[in-house]
Amino acid sequence: MNDCRYPVRYRISSRVEETHDTVTLTLEPAEDPIAAFRPGQFTMLYSFGVGEIPISVSGPPGQPSLTHTIRSVGAVSAALCAAQPGQVIGVRGPFGTSWDDADEAGRDLLLVAGGIGLAPLRPALLSALAQPGRQGRIILLAGARSPAELVFAAEYDRWRKSGAEVDITVDKADARWPGQVGVVTQLIGRANLDPARTTALICGPEVMMRITARALMAAGLPAARVWISLERNMQCGIAECGHCQLGPLLLCRDGPVVNFQVAEPLLLVREL
Amino acid sequence: MSVVGSDLARHRFAAGLIQSQLDRLAAIASTIELAAGTRLFEEGGQAASMWLIRTGRIALDLHVPGRDRLIVETLGPGDELGLSWLLPSARWQFGAVTQVYVSAFELSSAEITCLCEDDHELGYQLTRRLLGTAIGRLQAARIRILDLYAVPLQTAGGST
Repeated sequence: MNDCRYPVRYRISSRVEETHDTVTLTLEPAEDPIAAFRPGQFTMLYSFGVGEIPISVSGPPGQPSLTHTIRSVGAVSAALCAAQPGQVIGVRGPFGTSWDDADEAGRDLLLVAGGIGLAPLRPALLSALAQPGRQGRIILLAGARSPAELVFAAEYDRWRKSGAEVDITVDKADARWPGQVGVVTQLIGRANLDPARTTALICGPEVMMRITARALMAAGLPAARVWISLERNMQCGIAECGHCQLGPLLLCRDGPVVNFQVAEPLLLVREL
Repeated sequence: MSVVGSDLARHRFAAGLIQSQLDRLAAIASTIELAAGTRLFEEGGQAASMWLIRTGRIALDLHVPGRDRLIVETLGPGDELGLSWLLPSARWQFGAVTQVYVSAFELSSAEITCLCEDDHELGYQLTRRLLGTAIGRLQAARIRILDLYAVPLQTAGGST
């Protein structure tokens, strides 16, 4: 077992540009790999000489390769987005809690994604689709700023063919866009959910997750059946440094996946 | 095509209405079916109807000189289309066009108004629902103004 304090070298085997600022990298281990990840967990990606950032795994579980989807918003993420196949980067992890904590066979699985929040949900979706019949309905509601900023857009039809109900909406579009326009919460009322048998996993901007969770509760889902993925300043990944503290939680260990019953009161406290 | 109360009862807008109210509302409703690409109204036109969408999708749009039409919002099953008739001007603020085949209940605003004046309890129930629709659209518009997806989120759990 690798020591999670030190990066393991991985080589980039493929690079896919999802949008103008978002890239999906597939990594192959260049030495003993890190432990297997569970959907929803994150790793610390190290661009040598630049720095290290936490990024959720966006690829399917159970494979030796690791897939991460990265948006270029700072120095480290820009360096990772610019990295090319063949280049070596460092990986620590996997860290944190998993969507598996919410997993229960036979229930309807609702995934609600905002923007690049679809990336951490993708392993849970792929895992559910790989086990046909285990869940009831598998529903993905995803929102983005515009059609050009939808991530994994080439996969939606494949997911539909595999049994998922996929509903996409964007904030802004012109008449060439054949899909829906509006906020992702507006899709909830049209999804014909059965609140008694639905488990919801939400990932996106924090405000979007709060609003979505409340909309789901208004539709009859109990908070205990709603899970969100929280982000704070993850650094050590092993609950030692305290940078990612949210009240009683150290999110690198107790998150990122947190039940909304636990998270809701913490999200409303300023400067927590 | 005529409508009966039990048809309307299955629409989200009518949920909670008692049978006699459903029957009165059904008496002024008709069922319409529209092919994809059918324009229901244009910006600036007289607003004299509302629709309860059963299936399909309708885009509210806006003409911008020199550009493609902008889609303001899309509405789908369970949604209500048409609020501008509630304002004194009764002019459509946006246009509306079906994106796919649509089935809906259509109601005349004049007949709804008469119904509400004649039956205040039903009027109260309809006003609450229309206000709920308006508040939902207002809140959705406010959220979109925030442009949440533009905020950089670069750490685990939230977005990447």
